Amino acid sequence: MELLRFATAGSVDDGKSTLIGRLLYDTKSIFEDQLESIERTSRDRGDEQTNLALLTDGLRAEREQGITIDVAYRYFATPKRKFIIADTPGHIQYTRNMVTGASTANLALILIDARQGIVEQSRRHAFIASLLRVPHLVLCVNKMDLVDYDETVFQRIRDEFRQFASKLDIGDLTFIPVSALLGDNVVHRSANMPWYDGSSLLHHLEQVHIASDRNLIDARFPVQYVIRPQHQTNRELHDYRGYAGVVAGGVFKPGDDVVVLPSGLATTIESIDTADGAVKEAFAPMSVTIRLGDDVDVSRGDMICRPHNQPRVTQDVEAMICWLADQPLQVRGMYAIKHTTRNVRGQVRELEYRIDINSLHRDETADTLSLNEIGRVTLRTTQPLFVDEYRRNRITGSFLLIEESTGATVGAGMIL
Amino acid sequence: MTAQTYELSHLQALEAESIHIIREVAAEFERPVLLFSGGKDSVVMLHLAAKAFTPARVPFPVMHIDTGHNFDEVLDFRDSTVERLGVRLVVASVEDSIAKGRVRERPDGVRNPLQTVTLLDAINDNGFDAVFGGARRDEEKARAKERVFSFRDEFGQWDPKNQRPELWSLYNGRHHKGEHIRVFPLSNWTELDVWQYLAAEEIDLPSIYFAHEREVFQRDGMWLSVGKHNSPREHEEVVTMTVRFRTVGDAPITGAVESTAATYDDIVAEVAATRMTERGATRADDRLTEAAMEDRKKEGYF
Repeated sequence: MELLRFATAGSVDDGKSTLIGRLLYDTKSIFEDQLESIERTSRDRGDEQTNLALLTDGLRAEREQGITIDVAYRYFATPKRKFIIADTPGHIQYTRNMVTGASTANLALILIDARQGIVEQSRRHAFIASLLRVPHLVLCVNKMDLVDYDETVFQRIRDEFRQFASKLDIGDLTFIPVSALLGDNVVHRSANMPWYDGSSLLHHLEQVHIASDRNLIDARFPVQYVIRPQHQTNRELHDYRGYAGVVAGGVFKPGDDVVVLPSGLATTIESIDTADGAVKEAFAPMSVTIRLGDDVDVSRGDMICRPHNQPRVTQDVEAMICWLADQPLQVRGMYAIKHTTRNVRGQVRELEYRIDINSLHRDETADTLSLNEIGRVTLRTTQPLFVDEYRRNRITGSFLLIEESTGATVGAGMIL
Repeated sequence: MTAQTYELSHLQALEAESIHIIREVAAEFERPVLLFSGGKDSVVMLHLAAKAFTPARVPFPVMHIDTGHNFDEVLDFRDSTVERLGVRLVVASVEDSIAKGRVRERPDGVRNPLQTVTLLDAINDNGFDAVFGGARRDEEKARAKERVFSFRDEFGQWDPKNQRPELWSLYNGRHHKGEHIRVFPLSNWTELDVWQYLAAEEIDLPSIYFAHEREVFQRDGMWLSVGKHNSPREHEEVVTMTVRFRTVGDAPITGAVESTAATYDDIVAEVAATRMTERGATRADDRLTEAAMEDRKKEGYF
């Protein structure tokens, strides 16, 4: 059974909580005591209907204010797949939350109210999904029951969104007309929309092909940890030296010629070990331990790759940055940088432009980024990084900016 | 995994993610420790840690916060497991904290809330900078919002409104001296995942997780075990039933469920069909208020 992670974006009114509630309820993923608890709370608060948002709004402050503050993770499974939902709130800190949820998502689900059509927020969500390179985007046109299941309403929204999406880099775009409240096209195909010949939402989530979204071409192995048992009596274990980590791209096999960065030393893969025994090949996102043919000096932060397909080794990084902190970006400021298993420092040399995420307009006069703003920067790092374009590899193409005195994560970077 | 399509099953993907998290902590922290109670989640976590460093030993100790209200089977299991893996066991005892006057016994005798003081003292005294916990996001709604790397200030407090954003698989473990990071490698696992994994990996568990006959009595809608830490009140009738435990915590407040599931396959089938969450069914401590868990976590609880 495969795992699919998806992010949902939307605000209170577009029926997102109802849709998630419906998916969980219809797949029997809501438990009786949970349902009882939110029914009781809804009743106490005088809500007319059971408020399914209470399932995810777990924090006291969220319940008190009736808003969602933070990304919530929900889990459900069908016989075909296991799903992890990153439910990102729409109004407060929307960019920061959606960027977080989208960073690990295979698929993003955006809701549109059929009566309202495409609004500013829909464009914003689509832009963030494309910026974070979420491979699959699903646009659910919700509340179809309130427009008499009218095909022309759906078509108009679809056509308008397609036109907007053509300006973005979106791989796979799917449109589904639904009524989350009544369940049309959520789990089962709806008899109310015979004109729609696509899948129900759940069927689409179960079937969408995600295996080829990973990079299986560019072999990348950031060394995370060196395993040295240093066993006193067992000679074989005494000499064991394994490089543990997660495969970040491509496929590695024993016997492969490899190069270790930054030293550039060439060697071969002796064996790829796991606790369950050696494996014939390793690919993303497997956690494995690689042993090399020669006794070369390798440590955490080094990168194992193939001689004829190497990442860029550079101290100069061009990137899109999403700013995550209240304190704005300091141009010429020094930040700690976390990239794969490497920790370096870096200076933001220049802010080239700030992007208006509603109009996609580039403001080249901007001199800082505030919370939730996105812009293009040039960075100079104290040590070389081994990077790929984010569009080619989401692991070797992403990094965090960390404020050195507080340790806070202040920026999310995507390398161009 | 199938070689042609390069797919991982959900359990393989979860295992790979957890191993990544555990190795990241071993690489970036000076004094990590893994909380180990003998409960199923901590058993899975320790199993993953052992796999992460094979063929070397787990490079950090494990710690048990001992309420003194234990099931004997679980203590025996704890000791045999640490011996088998060759890891050092640190026991921090709530009874010691009571004897030293750090905390006072509650009138109801429940020691679960007292663990926080013992835990924070032990983290302080040992200078631990990273503490692995087996909590899962599907367990409880406050936990659903907690990061994999969860920052704690010098008082061990969690600030849910001021958490570091966590993106991709990049975990920020920065902290100053005296602060620490709680790390939850099982964040994305569900109860069913845990049982499926225990079954697939054939991992040993304390026997009380499997159906057995036991003397129990009903209190607050839960079946509590008659034992040295728990005696029925006058009107509470003792019956012998076939039960098992879904969670293992402080004995006086951990309820058993009626069950005949005696093997992993039975339990996986039972968990897949159950309509109650494990905490709702078996843990009195979470029933106090809507935000019981959040309040305890803010003070530094697991």
